Amino acid sequence: MTLEATPETETPVELVTLTIDGVEVSVPKGTLVIRAAELIGVEIPRFCDHPLLEPVGACRQCMVDIPDAGNGRGFPKPQASCTIEVAPGMVVETQVTSKVAEKAQQGTLEFLLINHPLDCPVCDKGGECPLQNQAMSHGHAESRFVETKRTFPKPIEVSKQVLLDRERCVLCQRCTRFSEEIAGDPFIELIDRGAHQQIGTGPDAPFESYFSGNTIQICPVGALTSADYRFRSRPFDLVSTPSVAEHDSSGAAIRVDHRRGKVMRRLAGDDPEVNEEWITDKDRFAFTYATQGDRIRTPLVRNDDGELEPASWPAALAVAARGLKDRKSAVLTGGRLTLEDSFAYSVFARVALGTNDIDFRSRAHSDEEAQFLASQVAGTGRGVTFAELEQASTVALVGLEPEDEAGTIFLRLRKAARKRGVKIVSVASHTTRGLTKTFGTLVPAAPGREADAVADLELDDRSIVLVGERLATSAGAYSAVVAAAKKANARVAWVPRRAGDRGAVEAGCLPTLLPGGRLVADAEARADVAAALGVDSLPDEPGRDVTGIIGDVLSGGRKGTKALVVGGVEIDDLPDPVAARKALKKAQFIVSLEVRESEVTQIADVVLPVAPMVERPGTFINWEGRRRAFDAVLSEPNSLTDIRVLAGVAEELGRPLGFRTVAAARAAFDEFGTWDGERADAPTVPAAAAPDGGVVLDTWRLLIDDGRGQDGQPEYKATARRAVIRANEATLAAAGIEPGQNGTIAGSTRTTVTLPTEVADLPDGVVWAPGNSGTHITALGVSRGGPVTLKPGGAK
Amino acid sequence: MPDTLTPVLTDDWADDRAWTLDAYRSRGGYSVLEKALTTKPADLVEQVKDSGLRGRGGAGFPTGMKWSFIPQDNPKPKYLVVNADESEPGTCKDIPLMMASPHKLIEGVIIASHAIGAKNAFIYVRGEVLHVIRRLRAACREAYEAGLLGQDILGTGVDVDLVIHAGAGAYICGEETALLDSLEGRRGQPRLRPPFPAVEGLYACPTVINNVESIASVPSIIREGKEWFSSLGTEKSKGYVIYSLSGHVARPGQYEAPLGITLRQLIDLGGGMRTNSDGTVSELKFWTPGGSSTPLLTAEHLDMPLDYEAVGEAGSMLGTRALQIFDQTTSVVRCVLRWTEFYKHESCGKCTPCREGTYWLTQILTRLNDGRGQDGDIELLVDLCDNILGRSFCALGDGATSPITSAIQYFRDEFEAGMHTPSSELFPPAASTLFAKEAAV
Repeated sequence: MTLEATPETETPVELVTLTIDGVEVSVPKGTLVIRAAELIGVEIPRFCDHPLLEPVGACRQCMVDIPDAGNGRGFPKPQASCTIEVAPGMVVETQVTSKVAEKAQQGTLEFLLINHPLDCPVCDKGGECPLQNQAMSHGHAESRFVETKRTFPKPIEVSKQVLLDRERCVLCQRCTRFSEEIAGDPFIELIDRGAHQQIGTGPDAPFESYFSGNTIQICPVGALTSADYRFRSRPFDLVSTPSVAEHDSSGAAIRVDHRRGKVMRRLAGDDPEVNEEWITDKDRFAFTYATQGDRIRTPLVRNDDGELEPASWPAALAVAARGLKDRKSAVLTGGRLTLEDSFAYSVFARVALGTNDIDFRSRAHSDEEAQFLASQVAGTGRGVTFAELEQASTVALVGLEPEDEAGTIFLRLRKAARKRGVKIVSVASHTTRGLTKTFGTLVPAAPGREADAVADLELDDRSIVLVGERLATSAGAYSAVVAAAKKANARVAWVPRRAGDRGAVEAGCLPTLLPGGRLVADAEARADVAAALGVDSLPDEPGRDVTGIIGDVLSGGRKGTKALVVGGVEIDDLPDPVAARKALKKAQFIVSLEVRESEVTQIADVVLPVAPMVERPGTFINWEGRRRAFDAVLSEPNSLTDIRVLAGVAEELGRPLGFRTVAAARAAFDEFGTWDGERADAPTVPAAAAPDGGVVLDTWRLLIDDGRGQDGQPEYKATARRAVIRANEATLAAAGIEPGQNGTIAGSTRTTVTLPTEVADLPDGVVWAPGNSGTHITALGVSRGGPVTLKPGGAK
Repeated sequence: MPDTLTPVLTDDWADDRAWTLDAYRSRGGYSVLEKALTTKPADLVEQVKDSGLRGRGGAGFPTGMKWSFIPQDNPKPKYLVVNADESEPGTCKDIPLMMASPHKLIEGVIIASHAIGAKNAFIYVRGEVLHVIRRLRAACREAYEAGLLGQDILGTGVDVDLVIHAGAGAYICGEETALLDSLEGRRGQPRLRPPFPAVEGLYACPTVINNVESIASVPSIIREGKEWFSSLGTEKSKGYVIYSLSGHVARPGQYEAPLGITLRQLIDLGGGMRTNSDGTVSELKFWTPGGSSTPLLTAEHLDMPLDYEAVGEAGSMLGTRALQIFDQTTSVVRCVLRWTEFYKHESCGKCTPCREGTYWLTQILTRLNDGRGQDGDIELLVDLCDNILGRSFCALGDGATSPITSAIQYFRDEFEAGMHTPSSELFPPAASTLFAKEAAV
């Protein structure tokens, strides 16, 4: 049972006392009888009931007798306990004490089973099936049904991923209700009637939902299965490990089920404070990326012929250390890292390499953003929470598309708007499906022009502003957000796209920040960190960000950066991948710590394999600032963490990190505690001047796209939204494009993006394209807000 | 005890072009409309309440009380919805009424809308009866052209707009909340209550849903007075109703009479039971008081007053007063099988007991009808009905069990015969059909 988190600010709940099976129990007003009974340890069987869905009373399994409804009068007939709210003085008799209730339940269960196939031995749900379990606990031992069962042809594709065996369906409507109520994607619906009633989709409306996998999980029978898991394993052969989803910064709780060293599936975990019981399809299905055949299994060292060849760990660590020694080095980290990993990189840069040249932002970034992170995010602990989103008056989204970038936030916003009337506004280039589904309104802003729109937002002291990492491409936007929030006494939270980003900020993977929000520029802070790390001093020279590091490599010269340590970075994600490639080629020495072969592997001098998430413990800090620790799912003694590898290199360099394990790294990080010293000032960057004409690019990445974390899941990929170019009618017309026809976007390189066009409410002269669906948008050589050309046609 | 017919709703059915506005006006139609629209709504509600008019759609809930449940302090618009989805097997009163005298219904709609403060009214007509829909729409157009619908009706300042909506042919849409879903353009399935339609009905606004006959009775109450109305009928069942006599009677048809008339009187009015081919007069074997959802009765109930109370006491329901008369040639088992097949076909599928139960019952009854019954089948039927009755989501599941349990109560031996002998041997179908000659061809 999921109880909603009740923030302390709410008024105390009114209690209602009733009697169930002779036991008096007090529950909050409005509680349904079925859940009140749970509190005295009586589980009433149910199918359609789900604590997070609205009552429907369809399956009639949870019948109870109510001899007194609280007004002295009883119900003449048994009632569905999932639809009846408690009342003071109510008397309820469940199957435990009432023969009528018991018979009603047995009767309904018998009805449910007459048309249900006896294929439990080959059904995926067998062994974890509510129908199977409740038939055993509340049903007849034998069926009286000797007639002909209704049959349907075997499964139909509700989507590429979700398959439906109609004869197994008990028509509880959990899947349709989830899709309509929770996800806002009402693309599956009951069709036909009577015993032929079934779940179906409309002819022109495919089940296109980022949350479709949840319907499989809440299906109380084996009617809905995923193409991915169908017939793969039996529940009783699986070992389950609670974990955390790594695909966004929500920190959704998941359950990872594995068998004989192989992860078979992932399910949503039940965490009322974070993801309730829902996860995105990405969190559920995208877990095969580490088993794609390109996994790096042994350390590799580039030999004299320029070929990578396997090496022993001691040898590889020694080569890495030798290469880094006496070379000016910098560290580039990326989004897959845990808090502990980031801390290890941060310490490695400062202690082992003696530099502040470290940056986790393997994407567009700005000094303003760094200052925003230093002043508003780093070391601030738990900030705005999921539950608080529901309590807000207004949630303003600035440069953030939650449905694509943080699905758990999207679901919470939809709930907040739907159930509590929270106003959602989005400062963005156009109205998205996600915004519509959260009943939100658009505050239109061209990319790069968010600052002006933010200044006009109507905020109050119960408002929350959620800002996305895209604001790094919009000069003055972070400054405007801070100023607007300060003026209205509203709260601000930063929602990065990747799971490791908040942890990286806390760990100090920034050129200006040390762990815990301490400033590099602050001598006192440096001394504090140095003491905690057991070293004499830390480098005081301000570091360079990603662009600065790459520039420094390229500018060459005697004093330029000569060596790079790269962990978890995809070159295409960087704001200028062309320059980055050049820099990697030019650098004298590159150490790559990676799970799978990447572009960096091709160039690196030493490749050190590290463990994927399932083979190691760790902690993500989600956007709330909430720690989300997880354990290793699979035991792989040969699989080393980034921490262990960096510790090895540091020791070879003679400048040890002081920790080698995840637990020790976490303990070392925790020793820093909160910082009460000097903090960075909030950024005060003026808004950029409006560009003079031309077409500018807006972009973000769709939830399901070509990111490498989603490799190996063709069915899941097939449920991606259609990639399109969006612009308003005038912009398309000016480019000579008929809506629906292909359009081509070109930037400063020869790479172009060609996709079908779609009319949307963008400002004039703005064109939107997905970040990494078919073509990585960075390959155009422009960043978001930059000038592009839009032309009709093009091959695709 | 009244002993004559009291044509009110049916008085003009035989008139020339009775469905036209002129014909309706010639009999005093719309004559009290202006008076009604200048009466305070609350007074209208009181008048209908005092008249004792009870819902004619089957349940018999007092109409005036239903109107008074509409929260007048609710700022949302109010709606009147007329349930014209007449689909109950045996029931055939609303369709001829709307066909013959559509303006009676429309006048009732205008008055009722004013009484509950609705500016919009809907008549939800079952989709199969296209001829009725056309006639209603024509009458509606006439009423608009005559200023009887629309803005500022007859200068009284009352606005009522009327929409004639065609259903798509589903028995479930006669259930009032399923009707509302269907009217809103959704899949017609019953809604969870509460909220009740009086609070959150059509488009989540306060809504009254009344049967055609109930609404069509309203103008007569206004014209003739509540005292006149309540002088008809019995103590608790006031007024006149249409009794639909069908089956093995000499002259089946609509007989309008005060509540409380007996079946014996009605069969007499209908010319007695039919004459068999050998010249003998048929004997009454069993009958339904209000359509197939009401438990069937036998000849022992011939002198029972046909009002809500007496029929209820006899273990059945007055329902829609669809009196289906079956004589000694009829197989109860076959008849019950046909009805159950209907319920199986029309079960909306929302809840388990009705959806799966009717599916199962049909198979058992088919077996018994074929003489292939198995030991324990009768007990199984009774037990399954017990598991459906009162366990299903709406009353349609309950209704599906009524013919079975009542048939077993009165004619158990016929079901027992189904263990070994097909019903077609015991009761050759040709003998019971009304169209035996056609069947033989």
